[in-house]
Amino acid sequence: MTRRGRLLLFLIAATVTTVLLVGAFVELPDFGTNFHPYGDRAVHAALEHRTANAVASVNFDQRALDTLVEETILFAAVLGAVVLLRQVTGERRRPPRPARVSPAIRRLGVLLLPVALLVGLYVVAHGQLTPGGGFQGGVVVATALHLLYVAADYRALERIRPLGPYEVGDVVGEAAYVVTGLAAMLGGSTFLANVLPWGTLGTLTSGGTVVVLNAAVGMEVACGVVVLLATFLDQVVEIDEESDGARPGTGESR
Amino acid sequence: MTDPLIAVALVLVAVTATAAVLNREPLRQALVLSFLGLALTLLFVFVQAPDVALSQLAVGSALTPLMIVLTVRKVARATPARHAPEEDDAHDQDGEADR
Amino acid sequence: MTLLPYLVAGWIFLVGLYGLVTSRNLIHAVGCLAVTQSSTYVLLLAIGYRDGGTAPVFADIPTDARVVDPVVQALTLTDVVVGATVTALLLALVIQLHKRHGTVDPDELSELKG
Repeated sequence: MTRRGRLLLFLIAATVTTVLLVGAFVELPDFGTNFHPYGDRAVHAALEHRTANAVASVNFDQRALDTLVEETILFAAVLGAVVLLRQVTGERRRPPRPARVSPAIRRLGVLLLPVALLVGLYVVAHGQLTPGGGFQGGVVVATALHLLYVAADYRALERIRPLGPYEVGDVVGEAAYVVTGLAAMLGGSTFLANVLPWGTLGTLTSGGTVVVLNAAVGMEVACGVVVLLATFLDQVVEIDEESDGARPGTGESR
Repeated sequence: MTDPLIAVALVLVAVTATAAVLNREPLRQALVLSFLGLALTLLFVFVQAPDVALSQLAVGSALTPLMIVLTVRKVARATPARHAPEEDDAHDQDGEADR
Repeated sequence: MTLLPYLVAGWIFLVGLYGLVTSRNLIHAVGCLAVTQSSTYVLLLAIGYRDGGTAPVFADIPTDARVVDPVVQALTLTDVVVGATVTALLLALVIQLHKRHGTVDPDELSELKG
């Protein structure tokens, strides 16, 4: 199909979609409405299970099964990226070279790294109490590690990031979620039911299984994002095409 | 009280989203995407969704643009029509150090 | 004001699709898909908003406080993180395509296929 034909087809489709969307929007409850039947029930259920953060309660208690599926999507996406970006025949790995970093950036990075890591772990650990949780904290922890790449170079990052343990951590996080669900079944309840003692609202151990599932997701997201970024960084920094006719001399010179 | 703030954030999101689509050069698009991430974070804070704002801040304005930048570099480096690989390589190293 | 959030969500959705349809670079197309996806965040959170409501986190507010809908927030939250990993998977596919065919232009790719 020509470019013009495609654009024309899009414009027709977009016009129809616009009409349908606006028609639907007019019928939607008003923005800021006081009518939230699901929200009210979710808040009620969260407080019943002594989980201060209602969003965490929805994610890890009321719709724990959905979150398991979402976690699996994440797992599969990381796995897919790793398989797609593996080192293939005709490519070679060259050791990364040391990089010059200005002392100011180095100092700032070394200073910020522990702070960022701590913030990430705090966000994971307090997911059931304050805004945050495994998904957000996991990403913060994973990106915090990469401050070392900014502050030093790729070799320093590789030293604190042996990929094996992080791949295992990714799997363990995913497995821990399923095992927690199965444990509830063994205890005579349903899959992923909140069987642990709920505790007191507002304390670190409140929420029952929310704490466990939240930690499992935190571990999986942190390890998954580290592995994901590593596969991309490897492609850019380390993996190179073997020199062939198309690129004379490039392979040897590096 | 927060209504004007929400309206401003919504307009900001619409503008940055449009700019992200119209910037056809992927590197520049990655930059605009991180602005879109920040605008969305602001909006989420104003509609009382701190959980989502946190997640959007980490993912939308850092992780996604970073991965796009890495992909652009990989694709640009592997493109055959390039002269002076040594010079290019030295430049690469500087770029990595700067980041 | 009541329709503005929904209209903005619709606009982001359509403008992202426009970018996808007219894109000449697959990396740019992946970025446009990320834009399209952010329309769902705006729509979901707009539906869950309650005038004068506060965040549904009861760490330091009374349990009968007026809060916004936590269900849509939970949906959006996982959407954001899962969306990023799907973006990563697509970018990995782009890199792989470029290794095989030496181009990231979708039109050139379809020409290659014949």
